[in-house]
Amino acid sequence: MSVLIFIDIAEGNVKKASLEALTYGAKVAEQLGTTAEGVVLGTAKDDLSSLGKYGVKKIHHVNNPSLDHLDAQAYTKAIAEVAGKTGAKVIVFSNNVDGKSVAPRLSAKLKAGLVSGAVALPDTSNGFIVKKNVFSGKAFANIALNTDVKIIALNPNAYKTTAGDGTAEVVSTDIAVDAPKVKVTAVNKVSGEVPLTEAEIVVSAGRGMKGPENWGIVEDLAKALHAATACSRPVADAHWRPHNEHVGQTGTAIAPTLYIAIGISGAIQHLAGVNRSKVIVVINKDPEAPFFKAADYGIVGDAFEVVPKMTEAIKKIKG
Amino acid sequence: MKILVCISKTPDTTAKIAFTANNTKFDTNGVQWIINPYDEWYSLVRAIELKEADASIVIHLVTVGAADADPIIRKALALGGDEAIRVNADSHDSFYIASQIAEVAKQGGYDLIFTGKETIDYNGSSIGGMVAELLDMPYVSLATKFELGGTKATVTREIEGGEEVCEVNLPLVVSCQKGVAEQRIPNMRGIMAARTKPLKAVEPTSVDALTGIANFELPPAKAGVKLISPDNVEELVRLLKEEAKVI
Repeated sequence: MSVLIFIDIAEGNVKKASLEALTYGAKVAEQLGTTAEGVVLGTAKDDLSSLGKYGVKKIHHVNNPSLDHLDAQAYTKAIAEVAGKTGAKVIVFSNNVDGKSVAPRLSAKLKAGLVSGAVALPDTSNGFIVKKNVFSGKAFANIALNTDVKIIALNPNAYKTTAGDGTAEVVSTDIAVDAPKVKVTAVNKVSGEVPLTEAEIVVSAGRGMKGPENWGIVEDLAKALHAATACSRPVADAHWRPHNEHVGQTGTAIAPTLYIAIGISGAIQHLAGVNRSKVIVVINKDPEAPFFKAADYGIVGDAFEVVPKMTEAIKKIKG
Repeated sequence: MKILVCISKTPDTTAKIAFTANNTKFDTNGVQWIINPYDEWYSLVRAIELKEADASIVIHLVTVGAADADPIIRKALALGGDEAIRVNADSHDSFYIASQIAEVAKQGGYDLIFTGKETIDYNGSSIGGMVAELLDMPYVSLATKFELGGTKATVTREIEGGEEVCEVNLPLVVSCQKGVAEQRIPNMRGIMAARTKPLKAVEPTSVDALTGIANFELPPAKAGVKLISPDNVEELVRLLKEEAKVI
């Protein structure tokens, strides 16, 4: 018996969301009185043994380059095999791009109950119950898992990474891998950009910016905070900003530590995608904007004056 | 070419979220029901666009729900699609629902199965992956673009911090999100045509659910906003650093 954590890598590097899943999985193992092990698929550049500091004892590395790109079918088969070998009773994913693709397949393959979008450690006092987001962040559901093997896909930014001491034993696992049926022909990464779902701080702007040509001050603030940029739905619909920046109920749901909303009124659909943020700052010239009701800090004022001042103040404290 | 589009009934995006029966049931009182936006705006509309480009394509819609899902599936038929199948079962377990869809898919022999990237109520983002596994088909999730060329699909999908383009042979399961298509409004002709399109109710196949909902919780209310003068932006930055400790 063990807790197996899927460690997701991109271009050879371990994703931040996977470190959260590792920390979480190690804690689940501790709760169940068992050990945490990890599984890595494809070529890795990072030193995998150093992942031991997140509490994982052993890493199974399927070092096969045909797994360098996500193919949910091939990934599922490989993880199922490692899970079988290690006798994993709980399998942990991050509920990120790879997790959303692979965890449901694995659930169907192993007939293992899945909680996707988990936000807390399981409650094992009476059964095995995991809290997850439902209604796009407007509520939580406590999901009971009664199956022998259980799968948890942890929401990004829902569990804090903690690193201690320790080294993991890395074992090369040689298993038969299917040739991927999904052939990746091009990767378009916006270099230097902080991925929205992984970002600790998100600076978001709406129609109050009046036009795409005015986004410079938003980007400057994001840069000063090392934040990702986002936008409201009307802005994405008007093609002022790329659609992958759209946060809200029908865009990306995010849960950063700090969310700064500039010139966004705060429609219920927008709030649904961002209300899991720890701290919300709203800058809007309309004191009646509904977003102020969901905010922790607010400034009623003109974004074109407030935002540059804020960037300067941040640069000052960051030196 | 046959396309199956999975349709889910969800509460309207502005619905008030409340629970009854000691927080174990969603309070449907006064709730307006809609087609899950990801199913409607992206996967259904993209399927319709493909049919507009190639009239030989047949589109079937499938939903798993009780008879109260009929108005939703009729609305979907009004947008487009040739016929609909409703599996007469009510469940919140993704595996149960996916198993029903997979059963319909096996009987229909589809080349392409579209789902939305998730439903806006239970946010499972699981149906597509589960259906693909049950049918042993490849799965591309979180598509932002979908093109068809003969028996091969070119799909652009979201990755962290960007997108990647992939090529996959059919049959295939794809989950769709923003970018794949644009929302459409049903026209009168479509609404009239939908009345006579076949909508078949079938009984579910026997499957054990893998999960159960113990209960629901609402998030704690916010303490209230602390307003700072626009002439004192430095104070906001100080609070974020010293009080909230987030920068």
